[in-house]
Amino acid sequence: MLEIFNYNFIIRGIEAGVIIGAIAPLIGIFLVLRRYSLIADALAHVSLAGVALGFLLGINPLITAIVASVGSSIAVERLRLSRRVYADSALSIFLSGSLALAIVIISFTRGFSVDLFSYLFGSIVTVKITDLYLIAGLGIIVIVAIVAFYRELLYITFDEESAQVAGIKTRFINTLLIVLSALTVALAIPIVGVLLIAALIVIPVVTALQLRKSFIITILWAEIISIFAVLAGITSSYYMNIPAGGAIVLITIIIFITVYFLKKSDHHS
Amino acid sequence: MHGKKLIEIKDISFSYGDEKILDNLSIDIFQGDYMGIIGPNGGGKTTLLKIILGLLKPSLGIVKLFGIEIGKFKDWNKIGYVSQKATHIDSSFPSTVNGVVGMGLYGKKKPFHFINKQDKQKIKLALREVEMEDYRDRLIGDLSGGQQQRVFIARALAGEPEVLFLDEPTSGVDVKTQEQLYMLLKKLNKEKHLTTILVSHDLETMEREATELICINRTLMYCGMPKEFRVHENFEHYKGHELHIHHHNHEKYHP
Repeated sequence: MLEIFNYNFIIRGIEAGVIIGAIAPLIGIFLVLRRYSLIADALAHVSLAGVALGFLLGINPLITAIVASVGSSIAVERLRLSRRVYADSALSIFLSGSLALAIVIISFTRGFSVDLFSYLFGSIVTVKITDLYLIAGLGIIVIVAIVAFYRELLYITFDEESAQVAGIKTRFINTLLIVLSALTVALAIPIVGVLLIAALIVIPVVTALQLRKSFIITILWAEIISIFAVLAGITSSYYMNIPAGGAIVLITIIIFITVYFLKKSDHHS
Repeated sequence: MHGKKLIEIKDISFSYGDEKILDNLSIDIFQGDYMGIIGPNGGGKTTLLKIILGLLKPSLGIVKLFGIEIGKFKDWNKIGYVSQKATHIDSSFPSTVNGVVGMGLYGKKKPFHFINKQDKQKIKLALREVEMEDYRDRLIGDLSGGQQQRVFIARALAGEPEVLFLDEPTSGVDVKTQEQLYMLLKKLNKEKHLTTILVSHDLETMEREATELICINRTLMYCGMPKEFRVHENFEHYKGHELHIHHHNHEKYHP
C-alpha cells in the first residue's frame, strides 16, 4: 500500500476533495454559461467573513461559512432582481464588503492569523471528521437538487424567457442555483481555500467546453478533469510538500492550456 | 369563419415609467387564426406579445388564455413560443439540436423526470416537421441562423401547442430562408390548424401570409383582413413610420 494512505488526515482530505471535485463542475457549468462565474468569487469572500466569525464565536468555522455564504447568496439575488443595482456591481459590493468585514473580525481574534493562510489557500490538514460529514451530507444534497431540477436549470441557462413561457418557475430556479453555489463554495474552503474556489468551479467547465460536445458529455468531461485534478493535486502536495489548493488549481490550468491549444490546432488543420 | 375564441385581450394598458407603451387595447384571437401583428418599432408589438405570454403584467386590463385569467392559467404547454432572442443564442452553448428541441417538453415534467422514449418520438416528429431531422446530433451553435430558427420552431412544436407565438422570426435571416420559414408556418396553420400569432415589421409578407392583421402604434390602429389595411384611414399614418423603419433595417442587414 502506498505510504500516502497511512495517514487518516490524508484519506479524509481525499474523500472530501473528491466530493468537492464532483459538485464544483455541476454548479460551475450553469454559472459559466450564464456569465455568472464571478458569483463564486464573491461568495468565497463572504465565506471568509463567516470563517472569521466562527473563530470569534468559537463555532466550527465551516458551519458559519455555510450560513454566511447561503445568507448572502439570497441577498445578492434579491439585489440583482431589484434592478436598482447591476448584477456585477452587486457582486463587487459583497466581495469587497465581506473581505473588509473578515479582516475587521480577524483583528479581534488573536491567534487566528496563524490559521488564516490555510483558509485563504486551503489545507487538507484542517479537514476534521465533522467537516467530512458536513461536506458529504451537503454535497449529496447539492447533487440531488441538481439532478432533480436539471431540466429547468438547463432551459433557463439556454433561454430564460422561453423557459418562463413554458411554465418554469424561473425565480425559484435562479434562487436554487445561487443557494447551491453558496453551499458548494463554503464546503470547498478546507480543500482549495477562499481565494482558489472559483478556479475549481470555473476552469474544469471552461476546459470541457473547448471540446464542443453535448451538455451531458461536457459535464462528464468537467467531472473527470475536476476529480483528477483534486486527486493529483493532493498526491503531489504530499510528495512534493506543496499546498494542495495551489497544486489542484495549477493542474486544472495545465489541463486547460493543453486542451485549448490541442483544439486550436484542430481548427487549423 | 372564426373558430373558438382562444385568447381574449381586454382594455390593456401598459406603462414603462411615465411613458405609455400601450393604451387601452382589446383584441380577440380565434382558433385557426394566423394573425400578423405589425407596427412601427417602439409601437408596442413585442410588449403586447410579452403581456399575452405572461412575461409582463399590464398596468390595466385583462388577458384570458383559453378562457382562463392569465394569473390562474396553468396549461402553458398549450402555448408555443419562438422568441426574438432565439436568433441571438450563445454559439458555443454545449447542446445538440436534439437537446434544444427536448427543452420544449420540460414544462410538463415533474422533478427527476427525464426525456423518455415517447418524448424522443415527439422530438423526432417535431424535427421532421421542420425538415431538420438530419441535423439532430449537431451542436446548435454550428447551424446557420435559418436552421437555428427551424430548430426553435421544432422546440415550440414538440410540446404539441395549440397556439404558436413568434416574435420577428425572420430577423437576421436571408430572403430565401425567410420564404421557407413562411411556407412552413403556412403549412402548420393550414394542415395542423395551428393558431399562429406572428410579430413582424414586414407588411407585404403579412398581407400575403396572414389571415388576420393587427397594426399597433400604442393604440390599436387596425384590426381586420390583411388585404383591406391599405385602404384603411390609418394606413397613411402607418406608412409614414414604416418607410423610415424599412430603410433602417436595410442598413442593418446588408452593411
